[in-house]
Amino acid sequence: MDSESEIRSPKVVEHLFRHESGRMLAALVRILGLHNFDLAEDIVQEALLRALETWRFGRVPENPAAWLMLTARNGALDAVRRERSARRFAPDLSYQLDSEWTLVPTVDRLLIDSEIRDDQLRMMFSCCHPRLAPEVQVALILKILCGFGTREIAGAFLTENAAMDKRIARGKEALRESGTLYEIRSDAAVLDRIDAVLATLYLLFNEGYHGSHADLPVREELCSEAMRLLAMLLEHRAAAPPRAVALLALMCFHAARLRARVDDTGCLILLEAQDRGLWDSDLIRRGVELLDRAAEGDEVSEFHLEAAIAAKHCLAARYEATDWRGILGLYDLLLRVKPTPIVALNRAIAVAQVDGPEAALVALLAIPEDGLAGYPFFAAALGEMHRRAGRLTEAAAQYRTAIS
Amino acid sequence: MADYLFLFRGGMQHEPGHSPAELQASMQKWLGWIGGIGKNGQLKGGQPLENGGKVIAGKKRVVTDGPYAEAKDIVGGYLIVTAKDLAEAYEIAKGCPGPDESGSVEVRGLAPMPG
Repeated sequence: MDSESEIRSPKVVEHLFRHESGRMLAALVRILGLHNFDLAEDIVQEALLRALETWRFGRVPENPAAWLMLTARNGALDAVRRERSARRFAPDLSYQLDSEWTLVPTVDRLLIDSEIRDDQLRMMFSCCHPRLAPEVQVALILKILCGFGTREIAGAFLTENAAMDKRIARGKEALRESGTLYEIRSDAAVLDRIDAVLATLYLLFNEGYHGSHADLPVREELCSEAMRLLAMLLEHRAAAPPRAVALLALMCFHAARLRARVDDTGCLILLEAQDRGLWDSDLIRRGVELLDRAAEGDEVSEFHLEAAIAAKHCLAARYEATDWRGILGLYDLLLRVKPTPIVALNRAIAVAQVDGPEAALVALLAIPEDGLAGYPFFAAALGEMHRRAGRLTEAAAQYRTAIS
Repeated sequence: MADYLFLFRGGMQHEPGHSPAELQASMQKWLGWIGGIGKNGQLKGGQPLENGGKVIAGKKRVVTDGPYAEAKDIVGGYLIVTAKDLAEAYEIAKGCPGPDESGSVEVRGLAPMPG
């Protein structure tokens, strides 16, 4: 050990193991075949253990990510050489992997960054198979692409370990059964499933943003994973229609307020009471840039409108300075694109700011009742409007319904 | 001042099912601990050891796996640490993350050689 490394205390970039395990797994599954998923997982785990065993003595490689990938590559080469007579690997590569002449160049060609990114995208698209329940899709993405352990995913979703274990096993089984990963080479194929992928990433984000977990770091991590995967998706030309860009803008605006939105005990702080100084101005700036980019072209999706609404909130210097009239106009448009009771409820709250509580009550009561049955925010909104109109008895009754 | 040999056995890498984040957190703790010894100028050397390797014993030079039934019992690495005395070496060793991860650290003084 030289004297320089004796005194240094190297730090490894945050989430390196988690993120690299997602990259290694996607790349190895490409080479070894989806049916050898478990073998790929073992090789990834081996690479991480090897890193732990050797780096912990004080010397971390200059490029830790490249070191891990090289270790996984060697693991894959060993596995192919050891088992090529006993098992099949990726069907489209069987000829190349069979011969020593082509084995190494074939594997190395598949381990360049752009190939690995596409492998990750194909894995992402495969995890969003419409046959899989949304909660299975999200769990698979967290496990495979984000490198979370089953226990960590169960913890984030406040589910039992065994239940999450089953959910992930079921998802993996479905993946294996599908035989090959989703092909994203043609634009049409990408566009065919992009909305399912966006919906799942939004679900993942919302689990962090609205989820029931009290622990802020967990929530931030779920949000940032959704944003990281979506940003990766946007690097692929066909996968980046304006609505995908708008969704990332929306996530930026929401994430910018996450820290100000939850107090030390995990309780929500209302928008009007939030310390706007805690909002992340870099994320807001990035959101504005993305929303500008999403506006190129003539597509106006729900994500565009939701992002534009979130932008109006983020760009108001004080709560009192909020452009409610503009927000109401956006909600009017959103209600046309996405006529759901929740959108109608949020629109009614904007109505209250522009036209007063009586108008808002009219708007609230016009929402088809069955859509919001049991949704506590509906009664809370009714109570709030009665309170603002000075009818405290009615307000109290609604608030009681909301918390019951 | 004298030199002490720290021998590490067991640890997280011998147990299945740790997540990438857990493995990285463990590594970060080790780097912090060893880095701290280095910053104090008390680290003289050290290295991880490969798994595998055999024991040669007996007049017939028989090569065996040795007395160790399991990988977790094999020395996985060593450090050479300079300390005032054995007591200080123990104090330093108590900061080792290994015991939290079902591992251990053995501390031995290096005996001076004549000359």
